[in-house]
Amino acid sequence: MQFSTLLLILCGLVVASFVLARRRAIATAGGYKGIRSLHSLPAYYGYFAAMWAAGPALLLLLLWSAASDPIIMGRVVEVLPEPYRSIQGPELDLVLNDVRVLAAGRGSGTEQQQALQGTAAHYQSLQAASRSLLATLAIFLALAGGLYAYRRINPRLQARNHVERVIRAVLVGASTIAVFTTLGILLSVVFEAARFFSRVPFHEFLFGMEWSPQTAIRADQVGSSGAFGAVPLFTGTLLISGVAMLVAVPIGLMIAIYLCEYAAPRVRALVKPVLEILAGIPTVVYGYFAAITMAPLLRELGQALGLQVASESALGVGLVMGVMIIPFVSSLSDDVINAVPQSLRDGSLALGATASETIKRVVLPAALPGIVGGVLLAISRAIGETMIVVMAAGLSARMTANPLEAVTTVTVQIVTLLVGDQEFDSSKTLAAFALGLVLFLVTLLLNVVALVVVRRYREQYE
Amino acid sequence: MASRISTTMDAAAFVAPAGGGEPGTVGDIHASDPVITVRGGNVHYGETHALKNVSLDIGRNEVVALIGPSGCGKSTFIRCLNRMNDTIEGARVTGEFRLDGQDIYAPEMDVVMLRTRVGMVFQKPNPFAKSIYENVAYGPRIHGLARSRSELDDIVYGSLRRAGLLDEVKDRLDRPGTGLSGGQQQRLCIARAIAVNPEVILMDEPCSALDPIATARIEDLIDELSQNYAIAIVTHSMQQAARVSRRVAYFHLGMLVEVGATDKIFTNPSHRLTEDYVTGRFG
Amino acid sequence: MNTELQPPDRNLASAQVRQIVEAGLARRYRRERRFRAYGLLSVVSGVLFLGFLLATIALNGYSAFRQTKLQLDLDLDPVVLGLGDGADAGVLASADYQAVVKASLGRLFPQVVGRKERRELNALVSASAGYILRDMVVAHPELVGRRITAWLPADDTVDMLFKGRVGRGPDAGGQLNQAQLAWVDELIADGRIALRFNTAFFTNGDSREPEMAGIWGGTKGSFFMLLVTLVLSFPLGVSAAIYLEEFAPRNRWVDFIEVNINNLAAVPSIVFGLLGLAVFINFFGLPRSAPLVGGLVLSLMTLPVIIIASRAALRAVPPSVREAALGIGSSPMQMVFHHVLPLAMPGMLTGAIIGMARALGESAPLLMVGMVAFIVDVPSTPLDPATVLPVQIYLWADSPERAFAERTSAAILVLLGFLLVMNMAAVWLRSRFERHW
Repeated sequence: MQFSTLLLILCGLVVASFVLARRRAIATAGGYKGIRSLHSLPAYYGYFAAMWAAGPALLLLLLWSAASDPIIMGRVVEVLPEPYRSIQGPELDLVLNDVRVLAAGRGSGTEQQQALQGTAAHYQSLQAASRSLLATLAIFLALAGGLYAYRRINPRLQARNHVERVIRAVLVGASTIAVFTTLGILLSVVFEAARFFSRVPFHEFLFGMEWSPQTAIRADQVGSSGAFGAVPLFTGTLLISGVAMLVAVPIGLMIAIYLCEYAAPRVRALVKPVLEILAGIPTVVYGYFAAITMAPLLRELGQALGLQVASESALGVGLVMGVMIIPFVSSLSDDVINAVPQSLRDGSLALGATASETIKRVVLPAALPGIVGGVLLAISRAIGETMIVVMAAGLSARMTANPLEAVTTVTVQIVTLLVGDQEFDSSKTLAAFALGLVLFLVTLLLNVVALVVVRRYREQYE
Repeated sequence: MASRISTTMDAAAFVAPAGGGEPGTVGDIHASDPVITVRGGNVHYGETHALKNVSLDIGRNEVVALIGPSGCGKSTFIRCLNRMNDTIEGARVTGEFRLDGQDIYAPEMDVVMLRTRVGMVFQKPNPFAKSIYENVAYGPRIHGLARSRSELDDIVYGSLRRAGLLDEVKDRLDRPGTGLSGGQQQRLCIARAIAVNPEVILMDEPCSALDPIATARIEDLIDELSQNYAIAIVTHSMQQAARVSRRVAYFHLGMLVEVGATDKIFTNPSHRLTEDYVTGRFG
Repeated sequence: MNTELQPPDRNLASAQVRQIVEAGLARRYRRERRFRAYGLLSVVSGVLFLGFLLATIALNGYSAFRQTKLQLDLDLDPVVLGLGDGADAGVLASADYQAVVKASLGRLFPQVVGRKERRELNALVSASAGYILRDMVVAHPELVGRRITAWLPADDTVDMLFKGRVGRGPDAGGQLNQAQLAWVDELIADGRIALRFNTAFFTNGDSREPEMAGIWGGTKGSFFMLLVTLVLSFPLGVSAAIYLEEFAPRNRWVDFIEVNINNLAAVPSIVFGLLGLAVFINFFGLPRSAPLVGGLVLSLMTLPVIIIASRAALRAVPPSVREAALGIGSSPMQMVFHHVLPLAMPGMLTGAIIGMARALGESAPLLMVGMVAFIVDVPSTPLDPATVLPVQIYLWADSPERAFAERTSAAILVLLGFLLVMNMAAVWLRSRFERHW
């Protein structure tokens, strides 16, 4: 039976439960006239039965689809033809993938696929058996659930309360997903990072001055696992983020000040959407711009000035990243500056201060906590930004404070270590997770501090 | 209900004479030694005519109280005197406003200079997010009035003393001004205003956010300050007007209805509207 | 008053104050003007940068919407095609169409005989021209044995030359040699080269040949991915927002949830990619490169955005609505679902569209879950391997061919077009259903 057919049948059962239960509720109350003797509206009895019909069956579907393929594949591996029986790891995955492709009827007739024809047939038959078993069980569960609910219906059944309790549980469940996401991030990153630190000592990673993971995968280097000193990545990230902040913070802040304090409402209404467009441009576009337009521009400019500018210079990447962050800084600062009470401005102006004196000496100091919070969030964005640096920054780790040279960043290394075909167990891939852990912890710290600062600030003026 | 209608009709009958001649204000608008003179002042906020043909003098070393029901134009009037209406979008001011004979709205009148000479204290205390010391030092600093730290200290201590706040705060001048009580904050704002030694101080309901004890202190302070400054105070409280002012101006629907010595206004007002208001029939 | 602690009162005379202020005015106004100018400069530089960015991309990309094509007279001779009699569809599909194309070129330039020269001549037309011809013939088998005239895509080197993107010599980026240039000139003189609308760009998947590469695969991948993201994140986000805004008690656990949500909104996207790689692919064994997995990762990323927007929308519904509903005997759940939710829905949808727009532009986490592979086939389900538009842009940006630079910019234009439409929908929704209470 097709999966979609099964879903359709289940839907039908759920709807039928709803209709029948509703009718029975009305009947037990003695027709429409007696409806007031029911505890809840008749529809709630319908929902009650529908929930009983749908819930257990859906749970089964979910568990089955998660668990069935690994189990089936386990059986398939046992019957693989001779040359494939002994292989392990990624090659085995490739073979199994061919089995899947064949079973789906998309085989392209390679030699390996010819050899796997029999296995694919076995796989197909197992799948079919699994599907029919699932269909039987699911339909049985839906029927049983619906029937159970149907038999419980009587006027005293608090159907609405039951239904609302379930809805409430669903709502609570939805709200905890954020927590589970954080937990998932933490666990997945920490788990892999721990495996990395069992191979490369923690301090060597955090304080080591040399980063050259490429040597690690050479077969003749088992034991000596390349150099995983991440300091050059940290300095590179800081250099690029620093350039970005030097662009984004003054310009973003001045834009916010100008729009809040000087600009006519019409100018403000015109410029804000433009900045929103700037904020909405995908980072891959900025990355492309940095690589294709900004880098050659800077190189030629450098040549004209007699400077050696690398074509993947931190300066070019930082400039473009800074522009990307400008709207972020300006909109956060805009909120914060607008929240400064007008009475403070009036107080200053009434003393004979000019507009700029008022801004610099009264408004900005009052808004400072909020602005600092915004800048922290912006820094967190800059160090976590990936596409711009992947497309326009360098790959080789270099410790330098010269923005005209090429440097690499944490995010660039995560991408280069994980993209492409690698075995999942090498120190190289695990190193990416260690870098991810550092990235997550640093941005977590920045975000939480920023959120606390901003929240305090809001409360001050509420 | 009947009285409400009759007063509105009175107000309608009271509209300034057509052709913009002398306003129909009852009583003497003149002061003996005027520092501020206003003749035929009008303010429009967009479509709203907020101040209609007002003429009034404010004399040196006198306290003039501006009273009247909400929205009658008293605040608008004093905000014209240091051009704080400039910050409001769509506000248009016409008529003659003079400070010491100089036109306040003339192009050559510098607004920074004007506001240095005409200080203002607001309805809600608005200390800056700075220390007490820096709050008072703010005006002298931006204008460059002190050449050294000790001169600045002198100005700050002197202003705080004259505002009657020094004894309460001298141990914590470096603490934020926002940490003071409401009454102290308002006195801090007064100290801040007098630190640049203005000629006129405008007060826009300075006690409306304060408790009675704090109010009494501010009223005493206004009394003391009146020896050195011309003060125009907007107030909702007739008792306050009676306590602090020498003259009272009664505003109604953007018009200045009656001006007179404080005693006279409260005991024997000439205009029906003033009488209705001070006897509490509306307002 | 205790006077001994207080410094002497220095009451500057008004005239003195006036003098000092007067002296400083010019300097202060200069500063004022300078400060204001910095502000204006910042605004102008932001706007100019946006203009510069969009202009370079538009200028680089607009030409990719048209493709240089060659007009060829094609002899669909069964012998050249390698067909016997009574050819059925299967045989037709595997015939040698490139030979027909080559023969046609050969007829145009009979003087070209050497093997090397012939190869250079054949390089003028796209290496995939045969496939286009095949599709044509399979659709219309009656064409076999006839001579037809068709416009077939030129090779990208010819395309770039004809569009003026490169010059003629190798110094100017040109990749054609003198002989090839002469042939091209001759073809131009015969009117056999022209720019035609580049259908392939919109209907094809990825390709190694720039003239055959298209964005349809990426677009469909993006579509499937967004579908998964929307289906997962919108109901979950709205449910979470309803609970947090309407039912949640104020306690530490709820505070903790809120901190989590706000933090997740600011976690770098690549970290979500690591989560996807470790959990969805390695732990649950979901297929790499599938829009399903990309959608799962992006729904986790979009969830906080939707929750935050939905909470704001719920908060904007005035308490009087809730009181009225409770007052006529609704349960809190009925109050929310019958009265509050419908009023908050436009705001929630606006938030969802903005979240989707962000997801559409996202690429970093997708690199982690393998959506960066070179995939020619256009996906037909969310489980097929696919790439998405931004990643397609990333892939093309890395390609050395000059013609891919043009197509990258064009793909960016298309992506920006989608984003513009989505944002305009959000703005429209906001203005259409905005209520002022």
